[in-house]
Amino acid sequence: METMKMIKSVLASLALACAMTTGAFAAGGDVEHADVEFSFEGPFGAYDRAALQRGLQIYQGICAGCHGMKFVAFRTLADENGPGLSEDQVKAFIAEAGYEVEDASGELVPAKTYDYFPAVTNAGAPDMSLLAKARADGAVHIYSILTGYTGEEKEIAGTTLYENKAYPGGWINMAPPLWGDDVEYGDGTEPTLEREARDISQFLMWAAEPTMIERKQAGIRNIVFLLIFAVLLFFVNRRIWANVKHPE
Amino acid sequence: MGNIPQEHYEPKPGAASWVEERLPIGGLISHLQNFPTPKNLNYAYVFGGILVLFLVIQIVTGIVLSMHYQVGDEASFRSVEHIMRDVNGGWLLRYAHANGASFFFIAVYAHIFRGLYYGSYKAPRELLWIIGVLIYVVMMATAFMGYVLPWGQMSFWGAKVITSLFGAIPLVGDSLTTWLWGGPAVGEATLNRMFSLHYLLPFVIAGLTVLHIWALHHVGNTNPTGVEIRKDSIENVKKDTVPFTPYIAIKDLYAIVIFLILFVAFTFFAPNYLGHPDNYIEANPLVTPAHIVPEWYFLPFYAILRAITDDLWIMMIMPFTAKLGGVLAMFGAIAVLAFVPWLDTSRVRSTTYRPIYRWWFLLLVIDFFVLMWVGGKPAEGIYPIIALIATAYWFIHFLIVLPVVGLIEKPLARPETVEAAFNEKHGIKPGGDKTDAEASALQPAE
Repeated sequence: METMKMIKSVLASLALACAMTTGAFAAGGDVEHADVEFSFEGPFGAYDRAALQRGLQIYQGICAGCHGMKFVAFRTLADENGPGLSEDQVKAFIAEAGYEVEDASGELVPAKTYDYFPAVTNAGAPDMSLLAKARADGAVHIYSILTGYTGEEKEIAGTTLYENKAYPGGWINMAPPLWGDDVEYGDGTEPTLEREARDISQFLMWAAEPTMIERKQAGIRNIVFLLIFAVLLFFVNRRIWANVKHPE
Repeated sequence: MGNIPQEHYEPKPGAASWVEERLPIGGLISHLQNFPTPKNLNYAYVFGGILVLFLVIQIVTGIVLSMHYQVGDEASFRSVEHIMRDVNGGWLLRYAHANGASFFFIAVYAHIFRGLYYGSYKAPRELLWIIGVLIYVVMMATAFMGYVLPWGQMSFWGAKVITSLFGAIPLVGDSLTTWLWGGPAVGEATLNRMFSLHYLLPFVIAGLTVLHIWALHHVGNTNPTGVEIRKDSIENVKKDTVPFTPYIAIKDLYAIVIFLILFVAFTFFAPNYLGHPDNYIEANPLVTPAHIVPEWYFLPFYAILRAITDDLWIMMIMPFTAKLGGVLAMFGAIAVLAFVPWLDTSRVRSTTYRPIYRWWFLLLVIDFFVLMWVGGKPAEGIYPIIALIATAYWFIHFLIVLPVVGLIEKPLARPETVEAAFNEKHGIKPGGDKTDAEASALQPAE
């Protein structure tokens, strides 16, 4: 029994150590993270379709000038668990934004739904396809950056840096992109800085992990199945061992 | 097959006999099914079965992933995103494979520490143990190469740091790293060979696993008492053991399902928790990540690698650099495991009956976790000193504590037989009856 206790404590501390060590390198330094919650958090969470559509509008209106999104295909904007646009809406979005791709002969032609958002490299800004997974605390981090500007700025070697409470080091070279009146939302929602930041953060989480909802739903099914299976096996095991542990 | 007396397999007349005369596969299956397994195994003994399952999970998911994966400077990262977004169930394959590696290591560490606690390496199981150490080494190589394949920032810089270690070897170091890289720097050629070897090594592990299990079936399992099962007659074997099927098979399956619940929880609800966010940034040789850290399961040995620094007095008298010292310490920390069968001088196997050693064992487990924790910290402030002390204990434990405590310690009284230990635990009177107290509880009062 004592040995069992020991083994158990070994396993428990193993789990704890995993948590500690990963927590250690997941932390992004001394930064302030905003206290914000998203609908997709937790095992039963799901993306908020309206927020994703508003987020797409922010991306297209504000971010797309500097940030590409090269791993995201236009067709996925129609995902049921994503923005959920209709096929016509996707086509209209591409046409309105004026996305073009090169065809076989090198001519620029209007992009099709199976094409991808372009890679944008001229501003030296990171691609946004995976941004929410490439930063510790993903969407919360992005929200915190967007709402973390203090208004202070300084110039170093010809580059203007902007003070930001959420950025490691405190100074970021992206000028404040959102002010609260940057877009006129299609669904009539009143834009504020917080609203815009929430919507784009959620949208970028979706862009980075479009299968998250499918994954969580499958996870629930798996856990329920395994729990039932474990209970059955517990009793089968006890029954099988009964004649060894309790011989008549 | 083994040296444990087992009932002889008699194939049924007809097809079974015809096959059996030419290929004794029926005998092998019968041997595996009925393998006499100590009846007193506890739940610390379930990790072998879990490890076999995870080897299978890794190979199956890995083979399907490789059908969609491409090797190349840009192609690798893109193909992983293709798997995540476009391949049916691709996200599940990849997350199961990545988290599968982590849970493979959780199980292997539990398995190794179980072996150390119960003295599973002691005669006649030295080769069984050494094959196990080899499997662990090949596992680490495989996992390291697998982490390189997505070709993110941590993939690239991890590959660079680890392959550069070989540069510390005197005389041949530089040529060796160039040979490993397949060029002047870590690049596409390196990635290509990592993929090739990452596909090969799991089958080496599978082969070594067959040897591991073969050796196990020859000498038999240890058990929590460390007392060998009686092998003098089939009757005595039956008193100490149960047939593998159904007793151990069902118990293992129960443990496997419990373990899978943990695995599934991570895979479906926190698939990136054990990974590093930087690996979702494409590899860029021009941008070094702020902290280069390996996967959690390498952290103890990464801590040992970094613990050896130039300012240690011992390095001032050594005829080699601190870098080589770190490399030697890291490989030495793993290699020392292979010598444990001869470093342990104790007369008894199981730490349960070792009143002094058990505390040192506990210290070793704590030391392992301290190393894991400090390995994930930046090498600054108090951390290098902690790493150094923890590294020192790792070697002191195996090279000094293990031999010395075995000589001076007086082991506690052990049960005569496995049967006796089992009967005592479950209140069974020899001969199969209950103890008086329990028996009277069962009997109606007169």
